[in-house]
Amino acid sequence: MAQRLRVRYAKRGRLRFTSHRDISRAVERAVRRADIPVAFSAGFSPHPRISYAGAAPTGVASEAEYLEIAVTRPCRPQELRAALDASLPPGLDVLDVVEARAGSLADRLEGSLWEVRLPGADPAAAEGAVKEFMTAGEVAVERLTKKGMRNFDARGAVVSLTADQDDHVEGGPNQSCVILRMVVRHETPAVRPDDVLMGLRLVADFAPPSPPSVTRLAQGPLDASTGEPADPLEADRVGGDQ
Amino acid sequence: MSVESLFPRLEALLPKVQKPIQYVGGELNSTVKDWDEATVRWALMYPDAYEVGLPNQGVQILYEILNELPETLAERTYAVWPDLERLMRAEGVPQFTVDAHRPVRAFDVLGLSFSTELGYTNMLTALDLAGIPLSAADRGPDDPIVLAGGHAAFNPEPIADFIDAAVLGDGEQIAIAISEVIREWKAEGEPGGRDGVLLRLAETGGVYVPRFYDVEYLPDGRIKRVVPNRSGVPSRVFKHTVMDLDEWPYPKKPLVPLAETVHERFSVEIFRGCTRGCRFCQAGMITRPVRERSITTIGAMVDNGIRESGFSEVGLLSLSSADHSEIGDVAKGLADRYEGSNVSLSLPSTRVDAFNIDLANEFSRNGRRSGLTFAPEGGSERMRKVINKMVSEEDLIRTVTTAYSQGWRQVKLYFMCGLPTEEDVDVLGIADLARKVIQAGREATGSRDVRCTVSIGGFVPKPHTPFQWAAQADHETVDRRLRELRNALRNDKQYGKAIGMRYHDGKPSIVEGLLSRGDRRVGKIIRAVWEDGGRFDGWSEHFSYDRWMACAAEALDGEPVDVDWYTIREREEHEVLPWDHLDAGLDREWLWQDWQDAVNDVEVEDCRWTPCYDCGVCPTMGTEIQIGPTGRKLLPLTVVS
Repeated sequence: MAQRLRVRYAKRGRLRFTSHRDISRAVERAVRRADIPVAFSAGFSPHPRISYAGAAPTGVASEAEYLEIAVTRPCRPQELRAALDASLPPGLDVLDVVEARAGSLADRLEGSLWEVRLPGADPAAAEGAVKEFMTAGEVAVERLTKKGMRNFDARGAVVSLTADQDDHVEGGPNQSCVILRMVVRHETPAVRPDDVLMGLRLVADFAPPSPPSVTRLAQGPLDASTGEPADPLEADRVGGDQ
Repeated sequence: MSVESLFPRLEALLPKVQKPIQYVGGELNSTVKDWDEATVRWALMYPDAYEVGLPNQGVQILYEILNELPETLAERTYAVWPDLERLMRAEGVPQFTVDAHRPVRAFDVLGLSFSTELGYTNMLTALDLAGIPLSAADRGPDDPIVLAGGHAAFNPEPIADFIDAAVLGDGEQIAIAISEVIREWKAEGEPGGRDGVLLRLAETGGVYVPRFYDVEYLPDGRIKRVVPNRSGVPSRVFKHTVMDLDEWPYPKKPLVPLAETVHERFSVEIFRGCTRGCRFCQAGMITRPVRERSITTIGAMVDNGIRESGFSEVGLLSLSSADHSEIGDVAKGLADRYEGSNVSLSLPSTRVDAFNIDLANEFSRNGRRSGLTFAPEGGSERMRKVINKMVSEEDLIRTVTTAYSQGWRQVKLYFMCGLPTEEDVDVLGIADLARKVIQAGREATGSRDVRCTVSIGGFVPKPHTPFQWAAQADHETVDRRLRELRNALRNDKQYGKAIGMRYHDGKPSIVEGLLSRGDRRVGKIIRAVWEDGGRFDGWSEHFSYDRWMACAAEALDGEPVDVDWYTIREREEHEVLPWDHLDAGLDREWLWQDWQDAVNDVEVEDCRWTPCYDCGVCPTMGTEIQIGPTGRKLLPLTVVS
């Protein structure tokens, strides 16, 4: 293996319905079409050495997904970015590529900034529910996982949570849209935006009338001063010639 | 009239369903054309779940060819799972295409590809969700022409009430011809309305419009005759055959899905047709004559397909791929080209001889030697003569000995149960054969680490085959024979543990038999089953034999026929069969003679290598078999790193 490259990509529009497995198949094929000299694992059934960190759930859009590709000969990050992007279907868009220079990428993904759009929700009710939630010490929610129903606290991982109103919505002035912004620390079990939404319902009976549209805007090391995730590829860029 | 995308309304439902990605489209190499710039618009449906339908070669080929025409557009639609169907009904979202999410009812043609009869109820779901009347007779000027194709369309009589037209055979050229007829009819102001365009299609002799034909019955339930009910409509409708496959090297831009599908590979059809003459095989009969793609076209299609798709596996498809006249050079050439790369090659193989192992060895150069598959189909020597599968026990043992000694560890054997003239001893012969296979493997390798799996399917007599007159075995008989076979294998202390057995119970085959050889009266059953909730009949978790039988009893009440009459009844030579007016090129007298030969254990040779056996296809259709050798070799095209 000659080099490892770290890739930030987005999952947009209707492609937000791709699952993690769908994405890994799409990336493997794109790598082959783009003629990227990906390294393969040894063994009985070799597979391409591409690893994924902190993938967003099926149905959730993201501007900040990360993967790492090992290649057998050095590649220029900008060329790889263009080639991989051209080979992926529109909606899986490559945003940034850097050469891995330091440490583990997964360890740097400490938290995520999420945006949750709630068309038709009542702004005052949303604001009240957010206040209730943030003042609570603990909000126990449950979610069906592969291991069955799990109970866990949805409050502790939430660093910040705000509710705003979007006035520029299709469907006329009477169609309000509430936008929640939340920074959530990555913990085990993972707290996801829909767990926070369930928490809002439990503490304040807040239930949006239509399905939420969720986007991960950023993930990375949590910046102590801003309280938001910083660019996780910064550490690789430092001293690098990109 | 422009149409709006249904996607915003569908999108709100997707978070609530399983595997939403299958409904969003956007596959690599998919096409969305401008609605208003097209005059002829096709919605192509594979009436099964997306994961099964997307890889279908027929749909992909027609989709690409139609979209290449300047005034034509084609989009795809698949059967939605019951979870989405419920939500679509609740929210009033109609059947949509996955490409631009346009409503299916807005298209000019809804073309359905039926590989199997078990997709019929899914067609009704799609029509109903689309807002298209189920009965063709109830459709108006705003409804698409519902057109059936695929192998099941060689007897479309059971769905005659629901379709406007059917096409037999290869779709490439006839799809273009149909587009042209519709384009002209539209340009002239749609004279005669719906019947006007259907009549134009029927008059070509290559499109079957069921409602232009009347079926008359005898008092005992048999068909008296099938006759055109208006002038200009031919009394027989012929199948379509693309003669030069090198001129049609599709798919050039294979669809690459995001969702997981049943075949994750790029497939190249290396020839169409088959001359082996297996009497049970409908595909082998209705796709004659043999037409090979040349070694150079195959090489170019593989190279292009991998680059366009990014798939890592290539399948060389046909009904019997090892029979390509230059398969040895194809295999070696591709193996050379992709040696050391991570591209793997597969060849669905059925030939039972040592040559097949050489091919398999070439194709496994890059990978492991895990399993090989052979299809003796019949468990006894006599049975194999009846079905004209000319494999002797000696051949099979010699072949598996070679396979095991060259490092293959697992052999899979395909068989059928319920074949004409079959007796218990023929099915129990499968156990004997499997034991001998394991014994040979242990001797060849000196190891006990060899396995054999026998996989058994229920035989269903199909139209346009020598067995079209045969009585299907009842499901009790099939199930009993399978049970005895399973016990024989289980009780075998010496070899039993090395032999696996896969099979299904006999009931689904009875329904398949009913739909395969049914006539127009069977349509009422299909409709009743669908109204009762029947969906996805090809999926064992959705299929209900009891529902089919209950609906059949009700729908056929007062008729002189029942399910047994359609399935386990043997037909007489001169009985008018529901598909006799549909011409697959096969000479009926030859089929009957071959059926008589079957009963008398007489075999026929492969006409690819030996003189013609007079099935009638070549003279009827003005065709001939198209095979090599071309004398060319497949050299590596590109240096693969």
